[in-house]
Amino acid sequence: MTLNQFVVLLLPELVLTLAALVVLGLEIVWRDADGRKRVLPLVALVGVLATLLVTVLIWPLASGGGLPISLAPGQDFGGDQTPMLALDGLSLFFKALAALVLALVLLSSTEYVRARTPFRGEFYALILFAGLAITLAAAATNLLMIYLAIEFLSLTSYLLTGYLRDDEKSTEGAVKYFVYGATASAIMVYGFSLLYGATGTIDLAGIATALTTGSAAVHWLVYPALIMALVGLGFKITLVPFHQWAPDAYEGAPTPVTAFLSVGSKAAGFAVLMRFLLTALPGFQVDWMGVLAGIAIVTMTLGNLVALWQRNVKRLLAYSSIAQAGYILIGLVALAPQAQSWTTGLNGVLLYLLAYLFTNLGAFAVVIAVENRTGSAELDAFAGLVRRNPFLAVMMLIFLLSLIGIPPTGGFLGKLFVFGAAIQRQMLVLAVVGIVNSVISVYYYYAIIRQMFFGEAREPGCFDEGPGLRVAVGVSATLVLLMSLAAEPFIRLATESVSMLAASF
Amino acid sequence: MNFPILTLITFIPLLGSVVVALMPGGREREMKLLAVLFSVPSLVLSIIAWVAYAGTPGGMQFTEEAAWIPTLNAAYRLGVDGISLPLVFLTALLTTLSLFYSSYTIKKRVKEFFALFLLLEVGMMGVFVALDLVLFYVFWEVGLVPMFLLIGIWGQPQDRPQYSAIKFFLYTLVGSVAMLLAFIAIYMTTGTWNMLEIPALGPLANSPGLAVAAFWAIFIAFAIKVPSWPFHTWLPDAHTAAPTAGSVVLAGVLLKLGGYGMIRILLPFFPDLFRQFAPWIGVLALVSMIYGALVSMAQWDLKRLIAYSSVSHMGFFMLGLVAAAATLDASNPVLTSRAIALNGAVLQMFNHGIITGGLFFLVGVIYERTHTRDLKVFGGLSAKMPVYYGVMLMTALASLGLPGLAGFISEFLVFRGAFAIIPIYAIIGVLAIVLGAAYILWKIIQNVFLGEFSEERWGKIYDEHHWPFSLDMARFELITLAPLLFFMLLVGVYPAPVLNAINATATALLAGL
Repeated sequence: MTLNQFVVLLLPELVLTLAALVVLGLEIVWRDADGRKRVLPLVALVGVLATLLVTVLIWPLASGGGLPISLAPGQDFGGDQTPMLALDGLSLFFKALAALVLALVLLSSTEYVRARTPFRGEFYALILFAGLAITLAAAATNLLMIYLAIEFLSLTSYLLTGYLRDDEKSTEGAVKYFVYGATASAIMVYGFSLLYGATGTIDLAGIATALTTGSAAVHWLVYPALIMALVGLGFKITLVPFHQWAPDAYEGAPTPVTAFLSVGSKAAGFAVLMRFLLTALPGFQVDWMGVLAGIAIVTMTLGNLVALWQRNVKRLLAYSSIAQAGYILIGLVALAPQAQSWTTGLNGVLLYLLAYLFTNLGAFAVVIAVENRTGSAELDAFAGLVRRNPFLAVMMLIFLLSLIGIPPTGGFLGKLFVFGAAIQRQMLVLAVVGIVNSVISVYYYYAIIRQMFFGEAREPGCFDEGPGLRVAVGVSATLVLLMSLAAEPFIRLATESVSMLAASF
Repeated sequence: MNFPILTLITFIPLLGSVVVALMPGGREREMKLLAVLFSVPSLVLSIIAWVAYAGTPGGMQFTEEAAWIPTLNAAYRLGVDGISLPLVFLTALLTTLSLFYSSYTIKKRVKEFFALFLLLEVGMMGVFVALDLVLFYVFWEVGLVPMFLLIGIWGQPQDRPQYSAIKFFLYTLVGSVAMLLAFIAIYMTTGTWNMLEIPALGPLANSPGLAVAAFWAIFIAFAIKVPSWPFHTWLPDAHTAAPTAGSVVLAGVLLKLGGYGMIRILLPFFPDLFRQFAPWIGVLALVSMIYGALVSMAQWDLKRLIAYSSVSHMGFFMLGLVAAAATLDASNPVLTSRAIALNGAVLQMFNHGIITGGLFFLVGVIYERTHTRDLKVFGGLSAKMPVYYGVMLMTALASLGLPGLAGFISEFLVFRGAFAIIPIYAIIGVLAIVLGAAYILWKIIQNVFLGEFSEERWGKIYDEHHWPFSLDMARFELITLAPLLFFMLLVGVYPAPVLNAINATATALLAGL
């Protein structure tokens, strides 16, 4: 592979890195020019949109089986002839997804960040770097790169969570997040080392080959390795029982960061989990399927039940996002890649993630708007919102309906696909538990709806949410509705993005 | 491409809803006027469709089909037949009347009310015209949220509107998500969402256990909506709390969604299972009829009384449906009896919509004047409000099944069919008619209109200053009720135009099972 090809294949990552560095540089140059710093989020946004553009442009290159990205094969770790990254449908999907997350988070965060911290350039740069980590994680094809990307994402996330250093909750959340994260990563990397010991390679496809052709005597090592890897990835996805950090970190973090963590970090975890399980351990499907099915049931149920008692909307949405991760996991558990059917489980995972992206970021944008105005994210801050800002209230209603899974919203499409996969695989218990949980979840989403539509506003007067938030909320809501009313392109995108992964399975 | 009459019927209200929602605040008169005007085209078009249909009996007409989600095999398929047309018309009529009535009585949060009400019409209408299970499900849920908000926001504070609203929402949702799983399971075996093709493909024929589970999942979803005992407990709360127009549409149309689903989906998809379980469903119907009537008789809140009477009257519908489904014998005279029972069931839905819709408007009439629905405080109103008395008497008598008025025809048909097929059930069921007469005559007519009029009691409840219209029925109230009274009479004395279309479709449907 020539340098030129190498650069082309890495273009989205390079553009994103460049954008982050430019923002950092401008922050230094404009150290004292507070007025000019207003441009920083715009610069970041342009960088993100450019990333999205080049991602779309290089999409055709990945047609077929996908391309390995490597400058000098043969010199990688352990003498493997294997690259670190791949450009395929899955990685492209998550690159685009990361760019969308970044764009919506940037649009939502300008006013919030301006009001709370003078160090804004670093904030935007860190968000961009965290997005970069997602793109790397989704493209990583060997254990070392997976670990590095996940650590990269974690480190930027810790910093962002504790960004409001004078805020006790922010600091507390960051510390909890860090302690949990460090432990989870350590366990995961230990699991990876077991896999390496058992197979002699860190390449995901190589592990699968080694496990089928090599000695069966080492197979027992796979089980502890699998569990340990699940600890690290489950931590990112907030699967129960690795979720305990999430409510505190979500509540304490600056709200735009919460929005980012609840979607971006989870998406990265799912991308890696899918690739890891399907590429490295396809022969052990029965084993990880059983474990994940149990985790999915516990995650959905616990997330929903605990959410019922929350009075703070950020915390409520944290538990909701735990439950949502459980629903998404159903798609992975019930995957049936060979089936000539509309739902392969895997496309359900991507569709659900996409719907969840627009829905949750939209919902958080509304929370940010309310917080900007009232200074609070408690439930009663939403009282009478429909009188004070009918646009936000109606949009929030759409987002909440999507989180419940009521049509015509993207959340409905996602649930249709993951529950459909479960029914197709005759895993009725999973589908029924998922459905029962959807009904339970109505009750706490209703708590927000009740405040917005039935409650009396504490302060009179309307308020304006500002252009950035308006665009973020409007775009999110439009896409949430489109994902149900004009679902076809989204379904195709998701199905094609996982087809390579499914075919290798 | 034919003239897309059903698309227009369904989506013109959506346009209206958007227009009303985008209007600048403060222009309440214009909003009300526009909302009413936007509901009229659907009404006119539904009448045209019904008239055009009546000439050519049988299956689906005015069908429309367009690709929607090809990967999912879900399409935009619409169509109506003799069973859906009366309900489409009923929806359009009651919506227009409700909007007209509400334009005089709704004072707070006007824009939201009218926008939501039009959105509600979209959902209800869509359910009756959709021929694709995914589309059906989408419309089914679209109507849920507006109704939920209508109850919660415009309900009277003393009736716990928020509690009633979320109860309504959760009950319906529990049923509908179970139904969704069943739909997906059906799709897995048939490969189509087309409601007309599925019966011939024998959904879930290879897995009897799953078929039974799917049958009950769908049944419960519809039974909650109908509502059948023991799934009815959301109904008295929701009806009582809802604003007048909300109650009218709730009783008049939303309950029919469940009944329609049973005829359109449950019966043709699973005729054998329906036959097998008919004795049990028949018991549910009987309990609904008699228990509903008894509880109704025990109420002292006029609105709650009528709410429970809905449980009883929709039980008649279920009895007719059970009679039609209790055997698959398609030879005469059994087929004739089954068709008569099904005709009665469909007509009962239509009549119940007209009559109970009317009754809820009439509760609104007295409630707007006195702000109470307590049956103990009225009495002797026949002298004070003679027109109101007359209108109420006619509607009430139609409700209890007096010959010459609509209720009689459908109840007669139901029992005529049921006596031939499930005589024991029919004999027990007649009791409900007797009880119906008792609570209507004793509780409503006697307590409100007859007896001594007490000036003192009346002075306490009648709020002259807050009621700008005449004491007896105001003109807008009469205009609202006139079409309903007309249909009570028309169906009562000459039901043929309504029944022809129903009968053609019902016979074809039963013969094809």
